[in-house]
Amino acid sequence: MYNAKFVIPGAIIFVGLFTAPFWTNVFSAKHEAVKLELPQKPVTFFGEERTQCIEPREWMAANHMEMLIEWRDKALRENKRIYVATDGRKWETSLQNTCMACHTNKAEFCDKCHTANSVSPYCWDCHVEPQGNK
Amino acid sequence: MTIAFAATLLILFVGWAGSALGLQYLFGVILPLVAGAVFIIGFVWKLVRWAKSPVPFAIPTVAGQQRSLDWIKPSRLECPWTTPAVLVRMLLEVFAFRSLFRNTRAERTVIDGTPRVTYFSNKWLWLFALLFHYGMLVIIIRHARFFLDPVPACIAVVEFVDGVFQIGAPRFYLTDAFILAGLAFLLLRRVVSERLRYISLPADWFALFLLIAIAVSGILMRYVCKVDINQVKEVIMGLATLHPVSPTGIGSIFFIHVTFVSVLLIYFPFSKLMHMGGVFMSPTRNMKCNTRQERHVNPWNPWAIDDPQANYHKYAEYEDDYRDAMVEAGLPVDKQPEA
Ligand code: HEC
Ligand code: HEC
Ligand code: HEC
Repeated sequence: MYNAKFVIPGAIIFVGLFTAPFWTNVFSAKHEAVKLELPQKPVTFFGEERTQCIEPREWMAANHMEMLIEWRDKALRENKRIYVATDGRKWETSLQNTCMACHTNKAEFCDKCHTANSVSPYCWDCHVEPQGNK
Repeated sequence: MTIAFAATLLILFVGWAGSALGLQYLFGVILPLVAGAVFIIGFVWKLVRWAKSPVPFAIPTVAGQQRSLDWIKPSRLECPWTTPAVLVRMLLEVFAFRSLFRNTRAERTVIDGTPRVTYFSNKWLWLFALLFHYGMLVIIIRHARFFLDPVPACIAVVEFVDGVFQIGAPRFYLTDAFILAGLAFLLLRRVVSERLRYISLPADWFALFLLIAIAVSGILMRYVCKVDINQVKEVIMGLATLHPVSPTGIGSIFFIHVTFVSVLLIYFPFSKLMHMGGVFMSPTRNMKCNTRQERHVNPWNPWAIDDPQANYHKYAEYEDDYRDAMVEAGLPVDKQPEA
């Protein structure tokens, strides 16, 4: 092999970079799924006690960000503050008064999942965070 | 083009069928692991194979004056004669695609009534190639959020800069637009220009279609038919820790994306995409231009390996091998063939 003193370090850097996830994970504990703190108590909306999320869990997990943006646009640009879910229930299109009324523990719910996936919504620059399960 | 397009559609179909037929484990766990192994082993194998080939001559390409007499001004970067200068030249090549920057386009023009060939500097290819490659780099870096837990802060910085306009949710990433713009240009260039279309082979189209398919499926997965990212992370962390987690329940777009990426990884070491490693190993870029100072001996040369008995092919033997063909082609030969 020619120029081994350049080729071998180059190859090592390449392999090192592309297998980095394996090395960094081999020395850390087995990966654990995110454990979320789900709402415990029913909350009253439109005079009705509710425990279920707005839409089914799978849908929420994948689409909640888009839903929130749609809510914001509906509320603030079209002044439509009522959202009718697929099951016919009505909700107020509000981040604080709806989502956070149930998901009161932001740190153990939204934040936990977001941190695990390196997502940092900037909504809380303005919107008030709920103060946890006090 | 048709072949490459059909191949890409086939991969799309296979990826989709895999998830529809309940083969999630095969397409979400086994295929990516195998593809990763093929990529890394194939890449290193290719590097070693290249490193084993001797470079018979000093063949750096230069665009400037070589160092010779004191009163002739040499061009340090365009014709580097020291190792640091070569290094700088390589870095600029790898990070700024300097030789692409010099790309020119020849055109037939008429100047003062005489037809002439004129060369124009053509920077579009350079610009869009940069857009594509840097877009791709940032996207790969961003994907580290799936492979590392906890995610290092530098990834968040990249994500912040990439999504700095805070458009929509999930936040729109600039690199998604860059990579598509780059790929669209690279594709259209081959479609629109007759000359390029003529010299384009299936391998040229396939690499482009594959990259476009990966980018489009990824963008669709992020903005249109979304999947549960948190579950995706579990599956990918399962791969990275070699404790696979069953990927059932994730939308088929995920499997389509992963199948495309796996095909890319498998295809990579054996295709023109290996220019990723090749750019570092191209003698025209990485050799010193010191032909006036040092003698470059062909490593094939038996004298170079210092063996007087070396059995190299002499002209007489060469003529013996090809005499009939040479005579037939009307070439002069030392010894006439027997009648
Ligand atoms: C009535 C109370 C309630 C309201 C209001 C509510 N949620 Fe939920 N949410 C729940 C419950 C309960 C679950 C757990 C569902 C399950 O596990 O089946 C849940 C689940 C979720 C999940 C999925 C978590 C996972 O395990 O993957 C997300 C994301 C989510 N909610 C976001 C929101 C957002 C965003 C809003 C406001 C638009 C909202 N929720 C409003 C009660 C609520
Ligand atoms: C620049 C400050 C700011 C930021 C950042 C911001 N908002 Fe808002 N948001 C507002 C203001 C002001 C209103 C108006 C409240 C009203 O009139 O009800 C509002 C209203 C809303 C509403 C409807 C009304 C309500 O009570 O919630 C939604 C939904 C909403 N924002 C979602 C979001 C989401 C999701 C994000 C993050 C992606 C976000 N906002 C980021 C300032 C902000
Ligand atoms: C099950 C995990 C999970 C939970 C729980 C969760 N999110 Fe998210 N959220 C995500 C993921 C993953 C993304 C990023 C999606 C992507 O990058 O494609 C995201 C993105 C967002 C975004 C868009 C951020 C951006 O700028 O791109 C907002 C806003 C958001 N989430 C709000 C919330 C709120 C509010 C809650 C709590 C009520 C919540 N999320 C709970 C997983 C979760």
